Amino acid sequence: MALPASSMNIAAPLPARSQRPHVTIQGLCKRFDGNTIYDDFNLELRRGEFISIFGPNGCGKSTLLNLIAGLLPRDGGSVLFDGATIDEIKFGYVFQNYRDALFPWLSARDNIAYPLRFMGLSKIQRKEKVDAVIERFAIRIDLNKYPYQMSGGQQQLVSILRALVVEPEILFLDEPFSALDYEMTLFMRDQMQRMFEQTRTTTLIVSHDLEEAVYLADCVLLLTRAPTQVADFTVVDVARPRSFKTLGDPEFVRVKTHCLEVFTREVRK
Amino acid sequence: MKRLTIFGTRYLRFAGLPIFLIIWQLVVWLKIVDPVLLPGPGPTFVALWHGLTTGGPLAHDFGRTVSRVLQAILIAIVIGVPVGVLLGVSEKIYQSIEFIVDFFRSTPTSALFPLFLLIFGVGDQAKVYISAFAAGLVIVFNTAYGVMNARKTRVLAARVMGARPFDRMVVILLESLPQNFIGLRSGVSLALVIMISAEMLIGSTDGLGLRVFEEQQRFDMPAMYAGIFTAGALGYGFNLILHLVEKRFVHWAGK
Repeated sequence: MALPASSMNIAAPLPARSQRPHVTIQGLCKRFDGNTIYDDFNLELRRGEFISIFGPNGCGKSTLLNLIAGLLPRDGGSVLFDGATIDEIKFGYVFQNYRDALFPWLSARDNIAYPLRFMGLSKIQRKEKVDAVIERFAIRIDLNKYPYQMSGGQQQLVSILRALVVEPEILFLDEPFSALDYEMTLFMRDQMQRMFEQTRTTTLIVSHDLEEAVYLADCVLLLTRAPTQVADFTVVDVARPRSFKTLGDPEFVRVKTHCLEVFTREVRK
Repeated sequence: MKRLTIFGTRYLRFAGLPIFLIIWQLVVWLKIVDPVLLPGPGPTFVALWHGLTTGGPLAHDFGRTVSRVLQAILIAIVIGVPVGVLLGVSEKIYQSIEFIVDFFRSTPTSALFPLFLLIFGVGDQAKVYISAFAAGLVIVFNTAYGVMNARKTRVLAARVMGARPFDRMVVILLESLPQNFIGLRSGVSLALVIMISAEMLIGSTDGLGLRVFEEQQRFDMPAMYAGIFTAGALGYGFNLILHLVEKRFVHWAGK
């Protein structure tokens, strides 16, 4: 758990574009039953950026996320975080299916505290960390409830808090809002954005909704069909905090249109 | 309106009881069934009361059956749960003995009475062990299913958060608890069924099975029905206790 000094300051402002990469992916290979999904895939991600992954069906969006997060074994290549492997850093992961990812036998509060069990902290320290994260993000839901007593959005919020409580160096989210209704999705996007602005934790999100992908991101990673390569790595230069008004912002519309063009081109290939 | 609903659901399940008693009494009055075979509710409850309170044999038999069933369940849990976990964790072990376990589970346990009688004699042991055997198989299977079907995402989530193998095992076990309780409930029911039959058939000196059988032999119908009702109450009581324990400790089951 040795962390480079730079990662300790998680509320640092957005670093300059020239800074050395946070995540370095080199020569990544992955095959499923003889189908090559990734072959010599290379990518660099900067620290403190929010990156959305978007692409055609079956191109391996979630696979890429899981390869980077170490949930899936690689068939080749390397993924390094400032020189360290995934096992050497603290990271958070939010699953699409919050129902299966939260522990129903623990209250929401104890769910959030769960990852702290493995960090060698005292009971008091763990409580302080949970209190801190709840206060920091101004959470106003009753965390003494059990997950099954909460709405889907609340459950996913608990999942995200559970991922953030360890003060991760990087946060992974796999289609976190796709099981929620539209109203809750809009609410959760803004929660997500608020949390990101506060922590500036490098964040990777897989999204199946282009508007969401662009709305949340500093950069949208557009993928080709398998064997997957980077189709485009579009910068979203739209000021934060973003709101529903952003959806009409000319730059936002331009980026979204551009992403849609790239996507359409890739789908037709 | 809400009060009425609560009132309705809480007491509705007892509504059948007076209807049952009235029909029973009517059948006796109208002599639809030979009165020698079917005494009225009155004499039956008098027999029940006497058997349970005034040092009658029923209370003693009730206690003996409860004690034997509890022993059987204890043995079934102590052996069945670890074996079930082992089978659930290792797919290879499970597949290699699935057929055997399935075969013995499908074998009517009563067919094994003579065998157990031969090995353990007519004492308590044979009855307790055969009951434990029947309940144990059900518990083994359900525990194994529970462990095998532990949601992969949850175990993965634990792993991602840094859970060591031991902690992941805890997650799997907690995850299997609802299924475990299903096994426990059917195991307990089965243990009682086997115990009552064993008490009737394999040379018992006491127990509810023997009580019902003896009263029938003596043609003391009210006492026989009293024995049957006591056995019924016992089964219901076991179920109720398990239900309450489950609600308390496995509050997330089915949610």
